Amino acid sequence: MALQNANPVIHERKATRRQRPSIGDESAAEEIDALEVFDILFLGLDRIWPRDIRDPEHPYSLEQLNVLAEEGIEVDDKQSYVRVTFTPTVQHCSMATLIGLCIRVKLMHSLPPRFKVDIRVAPGSHSTAAAVNKQLNDKERVVAAMENPYLAQTVRDCLAPPEEYE
Amino acid sequence: MEAIQELEGHTDRVWSVAWNPVASSSNRSVLASCGGDKTVRIWEGDCSDSSSSSSSSSWSCKAVIDSFKRTVRSCHWSPDGKLLATACFDGIGAVWEDVGGDYECVATLEGHENEMKSIAWSASGTLLATCGRDKSVWIWEMEAENDFQTVSVLNGHSQDVKTVLFHPTEDILVSSSYDNSIKVWAPDPNGDDWSCVQTLAEPNQGHSSTVWSVAFDADGKRMVSCSDDLLLVVWDTSTNPLESSWLSFIILLPLIFKFCLFRKHLCTLSGYHERTIYSVHWSRRSGLIASAAGDDAIRVFAEANDPSYTSRAVFSMVGKQQKAHSTDVNCVRWHPKDDDILASAGDDGLVKLWRILS
Repeated sequence: MALQNANPVIHERKATRRQRPSIGDESAAEEIDALEVFDILFLGLDRIWPRDIRDPEHPYSLEQLNVLAEEGIEVDDKQSYVRVTFTPTVQHCSMATLIGLCIRVKLMHSLPPRFKVDIRVAPGSHSTAAAVNKQLNDKERVVAAMENPYLAQTVRDCLAPPEEYE
Repeated sequence: MEAIQELEGHTDRVWSVAWNPVASSSNRSVLASCGGDKTVRIWEGDCSDSSSSSSSSSWSCKAVIDSFKRTVRSCHWSPDGKLLATACFDGIGAVWEDVGGDYECVATLEGHENEMKSIAWSASGTLLATCGRDKSVWIWEMEAENDFQTVSVLNGHSQDVKTVLFHPTEDILVSSSYDNSIKVWAPDPNGDDWSCVQTLAEPNQGHSSTVWSVAFDADGKRMVSCSDDLLLVVWDTSTNPLESSWLSFIILLPLIFKFCLFRKHLCTLSGYHERTIYSVHWSRRSGLIASAAGDDAIRVFAEANDPSYTSRAVFSMVGKQQKAHSTDVNCVRWHPKDDDILASAGDDGLVKLWRILS
């Protein structure tokens, strides 16, 4: 398979993750902020890229490729609303829908059900942005995709916990 | 609005509910629901009963159909209330009959390539329409008892088709799609095939995103559609598209464009909904319109007191139930006989019954 992007621009990984305040009381535990959503996503999503690009020379994470950054995550805990904006590395990236589907599934499994989630590619970052966004935000199509054994397995592989990942 | 019952049983999101039009009366009602747990449930009870504890409630789940392989997206009772049609994501439509409390599959409709999303009976109960992700709309006819033959496979939509619905009195079919359009289909003059007679889309004041559902008023003179663009649009459907396309076509071509096509749009209800509107239903009896949306709310709209169809129609919101479900509301259906009662289905796995307080 030809590489989607043979020479990706690599961004520096943030040296240290911000320290999470220790969760003491119940009310603090229930509050969700952008950093938490970011952590939820990076638990699994980082591995989509090296896995599917199948290039041992470029085992970069989504963060290093600047596909997903903390700035792209907006959280309104009071309104129970999350918006994730990601940036495919190339205009015609055919992986965009899969990355978006992984983001949605990961958040669906990790966030309390009260949250409404919108997912989109960054404006101007994709040649068929409107079509990708529409598909990612149609819950009927997402459900149908996840009932497809092949797609469901692909997403599961992408989101597998680190110890299951070789 | 007041919640009168919560029907618990589904283990995943409930996509759709349907009242049995014949078996439902003011003191005993039958309701079918279906969803992501790959089941159909048949509920029975008394709508005047609002006891909240499940032990004293008259409502109970009378039957569970669990032989589906995938999500059951929609269900619809035949006009005589004897048969229940279901649309499943495995691409197969099925017709079920109540045999002494158990539901037996009496016919299957196979032909769609993948997910079937909606199924609907015609007013006469002799036709079924189905649609799905393969962008096609199929029309089936019951030739002998429970023997369905394909009448027509209609390709016209450019994306998956979300809903099909027959006109309440005539053999006219409406479909709505992910391609943002609504299409009106009618039989050809010789009656052996169907074709698209009109497309309601953005240029003639249609929707700018997925049209999730449509509903007719009691006599089919008007139709309402709901969409991901957060709008409800009311359409004038009093002109028979069959007459306009075949009879008037030759003689009155300029007039069709002027009066038939462009006078279809009656009004747009904007500014009410905050997220995708998944379902809309027009009460046959009270004339109220109910909507269900991804903002967890159910809203009820009434027409201002001007019954004349020719003047501009005006609707306003007369009721709103915030947090009707703890998650998205996927479907609303008015009771066929009791115009105060509304059923809803949500992503929280619940079916709820509501009484509209005047």
